[in-house]
Amino acid sequence: MLVDFFLHLKSRQLPVSTKELLALLEALEARLVTGSLDDFYLLSRTLLIKDEALYDRFDRAFGEYFKGIEALPGFDAMVPEEWLELAARKHLSEADRARLQKLGYEKVLEQLNERLAEQKERHAGGSKWIGTAGTSPFGHGGYNPEGVRIGGESVGNRTAIKVWDQREFRNLDDTVDLGVRNIKVALRRLRRFARKGAATELDLDGTIAGTARNGGWLDLQLRPERHNAIKVLLFLDVGGSMDDHIQACEELFSAARAEFKHLEHFYFHNCVYESVWKDNRRRHGEKLPTWDVIHTYGPDYKLIFVGDASMSPYEVGRPGGSVEHWNEEAGDIWLQRLVDAWPRAAWLNPLAENYWNYTPSIGMIRAVIGNDRMFPLTLDGLERAMRSLSK
Amino acid sequence: MKFEGTDSYVATRDLTLAVNAAVALQRPLLIKGEPGTGKTLLAEEVARALNMPLFQWHVKSTTKAQQGLYEYDAVSRLRDSQLGDPRVEDISHYIMHGVLWQAFECEQPSVVLIDEIDKADIEFPNDLLRELDRMEFHCYELHRTIKAKHRPLIIITSNNEKELPDAFLRRCFFHYIKFPDKETMQRIVEVHFPILKHELLKEALEVFFDLREVPGLKKKPSTSELIDWLKLLLAEDIPPEVLRAKDAKDAIPPLHGALLKNEQDVHLFERLAFMSRRKS
Ligand SMILES: Nc1ncnc2c1ncn2[C@@H]1O[C@H](COP(=O)(O)OP(=O)(O)OP(=O)(O)O)[C@@H](O)[C@H]1O
Ligand SMILES: [Mg+2]
Repeated sequence: MLVDFFLHLKSRQLPVSTKELLALLEALEARLVTGSLDDFYLLSRTLLIKDEALYDRFDRAFGEYFKGIEALPGFDAMVPEEWLELAARKHLSEADRARLQKLGYEKVLEQLNERLAEQKERHAGGSKWIGTAGTSPFGHGGYNPEGVRIGGESVGNRTAIKVWDQREFRNLDDTVDLGVRNIKVALRRLRRFARKGAATELDLDGTIAGTARNGGWLDLQLRPERHNAIKVLLFLDVGGSMDDHIQACEELFSAARAEFKHLEHFYFHNCVYESVWKDNRRRHGEKLPTWDVIHTYGPDYKLIFVGDASMSPYEVGRPGGSVEHWNEEAGDIWLQRLVDAWPRAAWLNPLAENYWNYTPSIGMIRAVIGNDRMFPLTLDGLERAMRSLSK
Repeated sequence: MKFEGTDSYVATRDLTLAVNAAVALQRPLLIKGEPGTGKTLLAEEVARALNMPLFQWHVKSTTKAQQGLYEYDAVSRLRDSQLGDPRVEDISHYIMHGVLWQAFECEQPSVVLIDEIDKADIEFPNDLLRELDRMEFHCYELHRTIKAKHRPLIIITSNNEKELPDAFLRRCFFHYIKFPDKETMQRIVEVHFPILKHELLKEALEVFFDLREVPGLKKKPSTSELIDWLKLLLAEDIPPEVLRAKDAKDAIPPLHGALLKNEQDVHLFERLAFMSRRKS
């Protein structure tokens, strides 16, 4: 049964390993929990899941697997007979026990499990659970299915909804969107990507220690340089439709700024034209010619756009299409120039990927930067973007 | 012996189960959670409750795994040799024992806290894999293997600043302390203020949880902020009625500086309060 459960988790894309399965077996053998499914839930979560972002997925997988089951099914294989007897004595009537004796515990458990498996509806009231007709081995009126929680101690006031059904950790799931917490995880992706490219520098402490060890003869020690050598140009869209995503962008920006020693950022509105600006508050005052930017930063920089790429097609494809000023040359020409200057480019789009096809301007921009270079501003998207950038 | 929380630490069922699993199966326990949810305190309380000595290792960005084992103080030895100190003959004088060495040699089972492991270099956890697995390491200078007399209970905390390597995670049990619900928070406050007036506590918790709901806060107030705030309320002798102001949302709670530490949050909050006051 545990192996089944384990495989079920794997099929739900939970990264569980055999090592962890063995730990769970060990825990059950050590009787860390008894038959209470609630405790089994907590225990298996503690032992199998190593990231709170996966808690929600685990909750769902657990709910699926144990749907309609109140106690640990198949747990009987590991449960000593006397122990079942004890449970039975506690919960069953005289007649039940007589029947039990006749059928044997295994048979009864089996029947019970079948019955539980048949139970389609969740959160059904206790009385509906196991048949109340006299045919059931457990079939006495007023029987409370909680009673069969094999040997399980009650976990205090139980509510109708199981812990794993409450989906408490939903907001920690990282496939949903970037969000306040997830940006931190995004930062780690950037960091991993930022760790490449090592040079060497003098390790002063190492040299002193080495020299001392050498009895005073100089022993030079070198070590890989720690600060990261990745260079990034970040172009941020501050157009009106980006207002909804300001927080995500801000956080991405400050995360990136902390990570990259060589980070330059520029703002644009909807699409890039002949000028960009560095300070969003004074954008009409301090414009920077885009040509200057192109000429200033070498081809070893990586180019990252952040924007929803959603605008009227004219803003991308026509001279004079910009909503803010008269642009002599069309936006896509400028985009092309940037991509030519820094071929390693990615576009992060806060809009959900499934909307992209409905917005013509997104298609136009992808045609310039490359179809496979726009990524959703989600964790997964960021990860893919970083991978593509480091190629 | 089981950990059930202490008179000064409230542990919910999920947390005690995780701790007891780590104790029973002798695996390191990795703890994550919002700031101020009692991650660091946990190790102290577990050590106290189970009557075990506690060895603490507070990790910084420059911390190396080796420092938890031992360090060879070559510079002192060089100095001693130049001063002709006879101690120089014995290298063991210059081997500084780290936290894990001390715990391994301890005569009874102990608790080791590795606090904020995510602050260190990403290689740090990887460098400890073998030590955590086998509970032993080799001291090359002394040609000696240091082996744990008793496997210590290792509690590791992380604030999620860096991802931890899979190989490391596979060796740990993991628990995420979720932010306490109202009932748990009430119990936590009660261990800190056993004589707090029920009225005041109730009102204060209302205000506190409302405040956490304010959209767009950069840093939501945590348990430690709540406790600081209550201390101030008590010191200033603020009556519960002041907190009650039935539409609490449009009144700014007294001494809110203790709850909101970020200037932007204070501004945001004041603006919201101002706006809703105008509306009503
Ligand atoms: N469960 C609890 N029981 C009693 N007090 C608690 C509890 N949780 C938090 N506190 C209070 O909050 C304070 C902060 O706890 P602690 O320093 O352990 O948090 P932390 O999770 O390590 O935070 P950080 O992430 O900032 O390091 C404690 O000193 C204590 O006063
Ligand atoms: Mg801490």
